[in-house]
Amino acid sequence: MNRVLLIKFGEIGLKGGNRRFFERVFIQRMKDALTGLPGELPWIKRTRGRFVLDLEHWPAGPVIERLGRVFGVVELAPALVVTAELGAISGAARQVLEEALAEYPAARAVRFRVASRRADKRFPVNSMELNRILGAHLLQSDRELKVDLHDPEITVEVEVREEGAYAYARTYPGPGGLPVGSSGKGILLLSGGIDSPVAGWMSLKRGLELEAVHFQSFPFTSERAQDKALDLARALAPWAGGTMRVHLAPFTAIQRSIRENCPGELGVTLMRRMMFRVAEALAGRAGAGALVTGENLGQVASQTLESLAVIAEASDLLVLRPLVGMDKTEIIDLARRIGTFDISARPYEDCCSLFVPRHPATRPRREAVARAEARLALPALLEQALAGVKTVDAAPR
Amino acid sequence: MPADRRLERYLDHAATSPPRPEVTAAVREAMEVTFGNPSSLHRKGLEAERALTRAREEVAGAVGAGPGEIVFTSGGTESNNLAIRGALRGLDRRGRHLITTAVEHPAVLSVARDLEQDGYRLTVLAPDARGVISVDDLGRALAPDTVLVSIMAVNNEVGSIQPIAEAARLLGEERTKGPRPVLHVDAAQALGRIPLNVGELGADLVSFSAHKLGGPKGVGALYVKRGTPLRPLLAGGGQEGGLRSGTENVPAIAGFGVAAHLAAEELPAVMAELAGLRHRLTQAVREQIPGSRLNGPPGGEPAAGLARPGTAAPHIVNFSFPGAPGEVLLHYLEEEGIYVSTGAACSSRKRGRSHVLEAMGLAPEEIDGAIRVSLGPRTTAADVDALVEALARALADIRRFTRR
Repeated sequence: MNRVLLIKFGEIGLKGGNRRFFERVFIQRMKDALTGLPGELPWIKRTRGRFVLDLEHWPAGPVIERLGRVFGVVELAPALVVTAELGAISGAARQVLEEALAEYPAARAVRFRVASRRADKRFPVNSMELNRILGAHLLQSDRELKVDLHDPEITVEVEVREEGAYAYARTYPGPGGLPVGSSGKGILLLSGGIDSPVAGWMSLKRGLELEAVHFQSFPFTSERAQDKALDLARALAPWAGGTMRVHLAPFTAIQRSIRENCPGELGVTLMRRMMFRVAEALAGRAGAGALVTGENLGQVASQTLESLAVIAEASDLLVLRPLVGMDKTEIIDLARRIGTFDISARPYEDCCSLFVPRHPATRPRREAVARAEARLALPALLEQALAGVKTVDAAPR
Repeated sequence: MPADRRLERYLDHAATSPPRPEVTAAVREAMEVTFGNPSSLHRKGLEAERALTRAREEVAGAVGAGPGEIVFTSGGTESNNLAIRGALRGLDRRGRHLITTAVEHPAVLSVARDLEQDGYRLTVLAPDARGVISVDDLGRALAPDTVLVSIMAVNNEVGSIQPIAEAARLLGEERTKGPRPVLHVDAAQALGRIPLNVGELGADLVSFSAHKLGGPKGVGALYVKRGTPLRPLLAGGGQEGGLRSGTENVPAIAGFGVAAHLAAEELPAVMAELAGLRHRLTQAVREQIPGSRLNGPPGGEPAAGLARPGTAAPHIVNFSFPGAPGEVLLHYLEEEGIYVSTGAACSSRKRGRSHVLEAMGLAPEEIDGAIRVSLGPRTTAADVDALVEALARALADIRRFTRR
């Protein structure tokens, strides 16, 4: 009898010709997530429709916690694997039931059922029959039990396969999605706010590998704004494969130049266009094919359709805006779930009101933007910002 | 930013004042040598108890109290909580009326507001435009059931020195019949900066914090005048005369003792020096920076006696530079290695504006543009001059960028 973890995955099972590539990335992401746990990495095997991880020498708790943050995982089930023989299967089923019962009060009857699957048809007992046999066997227990096929508290699952039989009674949900790195790479514009880390998480979920850029405008903002962005990256890191690379780009000179040379109402538009240019250049260095932003539609003046369009035109790259379609309350809920909300809520501004005009243009015109930018030494400003970039690999503390 | 810390000019002593070597030596010794538990019966315990006693005598000596009247706490906040809540417990609902002021530190004001929630009646005295409380107002606010009055000695944001002794006299006169209200004074910003003698103050309870005068953080004291009804907030082993249970923080207390002793010894010289620097600063800002405004009272004149009530303490100065957010100004100065403070945060998110400046009637723009400069024993004229130069430069730059 061996302890294993059954790892069920979703969409990657469906990806016909690319299946091998997805599986390789998926296994690598699981190994990344387990790095740092004591001991040698356990083996991970692919069987039909699932992966199996050896839990004999590994603590189940931390493994489940870490794999629970690997995109592509749909469900995790710590299981016992035995030879496909009725006596052994009964023993395993009893043991997983007893372990699951530990969470229920002994004082009352617990409702359970058995759900078997016979994938190996050479096994002499069909699944209906097996359910009945195992159910009867399990009822002979010190604990008071009741079979309930419709509303069980515990479902003892048994899978009979060629390599052996698996029994488990507890499952843990995974985040779903696609393994990070299976969909290419993007650059996340990471401010200290609530939206951008959630946008990052959503793109990670769809398999994008991410690096982040954070713009600094000391002394108009506090050094704490930088710490905040790095802490957000640290919070995202477990979802991103363990670390997240953050490029800290100096932005004060650009802000000054815009302020000195351009009309105030275009300030935000011009600032965002410069951010996109810097991000695009970093994407080129990193081999990334998209920018990811926390922009949404219609929340603030710079996020009208016209504004978004004029801002995005500063770069040739594809821009992903995963938050379009979400309300602020949904974004906040998700931020809480993924652990970025409390960091974002810290009261350090990353973009001081000093630069926000009283009446920002809600429909910036292309010609006006072009005229304003003609007054900026664009290549020099861009080069200066890129030269000052500091890069940090953020990992959870 | 200067990488070399020697080039830094630390002008935020009202936030915390750096410990001096004598203090860190005392803390170290108490950790390494007299590490015992003062309650232990053996020699190690006795050694620690002696260190504790010595520190108690030093702090008591610095403020003119008897050693038996000093209770060590975890700092100013705990001292204020113990004083106010503990006194009300001790008075056992003799009356339901409290008086404090609108310029108190949150460690007093929030306690008072809490008690208001619990059913006490609260009068909050408003200051004048310079941040000073009027004793006449206090007289008018007194009621037959007033049990406690809490007034700070020196305001932490603008430096105004409050008329404590006068208030104490008033409390004594007004109450010919019946018990007089307990007078609590938060003196966190006064100790080591202006002369302070608990007897002359006439207060029953006085809070102190060690790290404002170069002692360690996490330690403070409450002066409890003999006979003051006070009951503890913490139940436990009965340390500190039963008023503050918990094993004494001997290292921090030892450091506090040394800091208090040195501060008292050096006070006359330090106070004169600080007053001179403060004068130099306010003068230079007035002459060289147009559109600036001094918040709080002017400093005392040496001829008329420094540190009189109604003037400013020699170490705290508060300016407004309307049109330049204080937070941005702070970061500009930080870039030149000069550290100051702002009571008012960036207005973009409607975070707490300074309640002190608000109570003094400043306009929102003046509050947002406020910075506090606080001097310490090692501040020099060169620091002050560098600050004024950097301020002028920063303001010229910021004003080019402010909202148009």
